[in-house]
Amino acid sequence: MLLDPLFGPFLEFAFMRRALVGCLALSLAAPPLGVFLVLRRLSLIGDALGHAILPGVALGATLGGLSLAAMSVGGIAAGLVIVLLAGLAARGTGLREDASLAGFYLVALALGVAIVSAGGTGVDLMDLLFGAVLGVDDGALLFMASVATLTLVALAVMWRPLVAETFDPGFLRHAGGGGAAWHLLFLALVVLNLVAAFHALGTLMAVGLMMLPATGARFWSGTVGGQVAAAVVTAMAASVAGLLVSFHADVPSGPAIVLAAGVLWAGGLLAGPQGSLLRRWISRPHLAA
Amino acid sequence: MSRAAAAITLANVTVAYDRHPAVHHVSGRFGPGSLTAIVGPNGAGKTSLVRAITGAARVEEGRIDRGGISTSDIAYLPQQAALDRSFPITCRDVVMMGHWRRVGLFRRIGGGLRNAVREALEAVGLGGFGDRPIASLSAGQFQRLLFARMLLEDCPVVVLDEPFTAIDAKTMADLLGVVSRWHSEGRTVIAVLHDHELVRAHFPETLLLAREAIAWGRTEAVLTPANALRARRMAEAWAEHPGACARAA
Repeated sequence: MLLDPLFGPFLEFAFMRRALVGCLALSLAAPPLGVFLVLRRLSLIGDALGHAILPGVALGATLGGLSLAAMSVGGIAAGLVIVLLAGLAARGTGLREDASLAGFYLVALALGVAIVSAGGTGVDLMDLLFGAVLGVDDGALLFMASVATLTLVALAVMWRPLVAETFDPGFLRHAGGGGAAWHLLFLALVVLNLVAAFHALGTLMAVGLMMLPATGARFWSGTVGGQVAAAVVTAMAASVAGLLVSFHADVPSGPAIVLAAGVLWAGGLLAGPQGSLLRRWISRPHLAA
Repeated sequence: MSRAAAAITLANVTVAYDRHPAVHHVSGRFGPGSLTAIVGPNGAGKTSLVRAITGAARVEEGRIDRGGISTSDIAYLPQQAALDRSFPITCRDVVMMGHWRRVGLFRRIGGGLRNAVREALEAVGLGGFGDRPIASLSAGQFQRLLFARMLLEDCPVVVLDEPFTAIDAKTMADLLGVVSRWHSEGRTVIAVLHDHELVRAHFPETLLLAREAIAWGRTEAVLTPANALRARRMAEAWAEHPGACARAA
C-alpha cells in the first residue's frame, strides 16, 4: 500500500497515536503564544523560560519521585517565580526585562543541573532536556490537552487587550486597560505550555515547537490572526512529519519534530508570500499608482 | 461631547528625575476649554510636566488637580510614540483601539462604533485607508492615524507632546484643524511645541517653561524676547552638586 508509510505507524502502534495527539494539542496552543512573543520582541524569552523551569522539575522529581504531577507542579512554580522576579527586578531597577530574565534563567539552569546531578533522583538529564515523546502516558496526554484548552480559552478572552498591549503598551495602560497584568498572564501561559511540552519534547525542544512556526508565520500572513493560523498549521505539519521521520529513520522524536519545523520555517523564509527572499529577488513591474 | 470640560490646576508641582528637579515648583491653571501651548528650551521639563499631568510620571511635591476627572479621561499622545510601524495591524484596528474605554474586553463593536472609525479616518484625511496595513503609511500618515484614534477617545482633556515633529506642512495644517475642532468643542487642549510662529498663530495661551514657569498667560504677553532670554538662562544653569531644595512646599 502506497500510503502505508504515512498512516501505518499511527494505525499500528498506540504509542505513535498518543505521541501524535499530544503533539497536535501542543501545536494548537504553543505557536500562537510564540507569535505574540515574536511581536513583543521577546523571541528569546521562550528559551530563557524553557531553562528556568528546570530546577523546579528537578526539585519536583527529587521530592515527589518521578511522578508527572510533582515534576509539572515544580516546573510551573519555578517558571512563575522566575517570571515574577524578573518582572519585579526590571520594574524596580530599570534593568531591561530581557536582561533581567537572562540573569535569572542562567542561575536557574545551573541550579537545575546541580540538583539533577547531586540528588540521585534517577532522572536522566538527557530526558529532561530532550524529552521522550514516545513514552507519553495517559496522565501526560491529559495534562497537555488541558493546558492546550486552557490556553486557547485564555487567548480568546484576552485577545483584544493582548494585541493592543503588544502594539502600544503605553496607550492601553493610559486608557485604563491594564498593562503589567496582561503581560504577566501571558508569560504564565508561556510557562504552562513549556511545562506541558517538556514531557514530550524536553525543555530544550519544547521551545522549538513554540518559536519556529511563529518566526516563520510572518512570511505567510500580514495580520496577527493570519500569523497565528499559519503558525498552528506549520506546527501541526511539523509534528506529523517529525513523528514519521522519527519512526522510519529511528531518530529521537523531539529533535525530529523541531527539525521538521525548521524545514518549514526555511521554506517560508525562502518562498512564503509575504516578504520572503523569493519575493524580493523576483522583480515584478511596479504598479501604476 | 459627553463630558464637561475640565480645568487642570497645578499647585507648586515638582517632578524629579533621579532627584534632580525636571519641573520645579510650578503653579498655575489650564482653564476649562483652554487651548495652551507649552514652549521652552530643550531640557526645560516640558515632557516631564505633561507626563505628570497625564499620570505617567510621579509628582514629587505639590499636587495636580484635574477638576474631578481621572487620568484615564485624558487623551495623551506621547512624543514620537515609539511604536513598531511594521506591526501586522490595519489602520482600522489601530483607530478601533480608541473605543477601548467603551468596549473593554468583551463588548461587541457594532455598526455605530464602526462608522465612528470610518468618520475619524476621513476627518484626518485617511478616508479609504481602513484596510491598509500600517506598514504602508508614511510618518505623516501615521501621525494622522494616531490623531484619528484620539478623536474616538472623546476625552474632555487632550495632551499632545510635540505632535508636529518631522511632519510636512499639509499634514500639520490638517492636524491643526483637528486641534481647533477639539478647542471649539470645549475640550481642554495642551500641546508641547517648539515653533513660536505656529504657537502665535494658533494657540491663545502659552506656558513658557524652563524647569520653572517663566511666564504663563496670553500668548502675545508670554512670547516676548525678554522672557525667551530668561528661559534660556534658566535652562543653562545646572549646578554640579546641588544641595537639597529648601524652598517651602
